[in-house]
Amino acid sequence: MNVDILLFGQLAEIIGTKSIRLTEITGTKQLADQLHKTYPALSRHLYRIAINHILVSGDIDFEEDCTVALLPPFSGG
Amino acid sequence: MTEKDIYNRYQRQIILPGFGEAAQHRLGQAKVLVIGAGGLGCSSLAYLTAAGVGTIGIVDDDRITLSNLHRQVLYGMEDIGSLKATTACRILQEKNPGIQILAFAERMTTQNALEIIGRFDVIIDGSDNFATRYMVNDACVLLGKPLVYGAVSQFEGQVGIFNLANTDGRARVNYRDLFPELQSDTSIKNCSEAGVLGVLPGIIGTMQANEAIKLITGIGESLANRLLHYDALRSSIYEITIMPGKSSQLFLPKDAEAFRQTPYNVVCDRIEQDLEIEQATFKQLLSNEGVTIIDIREVGEIPLLDSIAHIAAPLSQWTNKIPAFPGDSWICVCQTGKRSATAAKLLFDTFGATKKIYSLKGGLLKWIEK
Repeated sequence: MNVDILLFGQLAEIIGTKSIRLTEITGTKQLADQLHKTYPALSRHLYRIAINHILVSGDIDFEEDCTVALLPPFSGG
Repeated sequence: MTEKDIYNRYQRQIILPGFGEAAQHRLGQAKVLVIGAGGLGCSSLAYLTAAGVGTIGIVDDDRITLSNLHRQVLYGMEDIGSLKATTACRILQEKNPGIQILAFAERMTTQNALEIIGRFDVIIDGSDNFATRYMVNDACVLLGKPLVYGAVSQFEGQVGIFNLANTDGRARVNYRDLFPELQSDTSIKNCSEAGVLGVLPGIIGTMQANEAIKLITGIGESLANRLLHYDALRSSIYEITIMPGKSSQLFLPKDAEAFRQTPYNVVCDRIEQDLEIEQATFKQLLSNEGVTIIDIREVGEIPLLDSIAHIAAPLSQWTNKIPAFPGDSWICVCQTGKRSATAAKLLFDTFGATKKIYSLKGGLLKWIEK
């Protein structure tokens, strides 16, 4: 399963890049578990997940070649 | 203004296909409230004024400082120290004497929010902190007002409209469908800590004005219940459709009375009351015995703290173990006093029984300004 992950805001600083491509991840829970393991600082950050431009909740399976975005809250003005 | 004056002034937009004098009339009848006259607010206010929105409200209790000027483009050197709301009001009124501009040079609180927001048709969020954003969001849900949300950080920004009925019958969403709970999150840096590219609030603020104008005139497609994310470094846009969340209803106040009782600032207030010290107190404590200054900023944050003996202990490294320090009195410092307040709370929870713990209110940026 090829999945493109986009990282917005300060999440990109933690991961070190604005986008990564993962091949072994099948759903949102597995994605979060994997990323939190590789980047422990990520588990301290609040974020939502969008799949193909739609906000999702809970454990959702990915489709082949979908885009996944991780969105933290923004407050600056 | 006479009908002829109005036509002459707004002619270039009136002649647009789909616009016409009818749309201009709707703008003239509209009442838009802009919360925050900072980076986002300056930009949205300038274009709402230019477009001829009949009544514009500005809420901001802050004063103009030098470091605002790289992005808050309404203001100039002579405005430093003045109130943002009244200064913006004066400047904008001069630009367009034919509309009404109301300045609310006060902090938005649960005691005044419903009354102020209730007087307007469209609300634009240009604030710079989560407490205000959640408060404004909840007030808009209670009062049934569309909220044009906008936020920026570093090189990225977001804009969207909450609390608006969709044309396809989907439920309205509000900010709590995105992030249900107000969190005092140490990891979210604000503009004075993370920095912001000057043009960014200009772009996002102008987009907010565009959304408000589309809502009022009915032209185009609005960002109803969608979030547009803009990356200024890549010049790229990513849109997200927000779906109603199950828990947002849990956190929304049920009615006006519940709203007035909601403690949007309670976490900050508790820290402020107990642990924060004023700049003058900090100065006095520096010459005391047994006082340790703890710089909790990350490596690379400037300005460096050369003039005061201190221990560098970046807050990001406290996750595994809360560090202890020499001395009896510990004063945490950071850029603006926000993160140091959180650090002080962590130290207090662990060592508060035996040590005096403080956080420098206003932070090093304020200390160095003096």
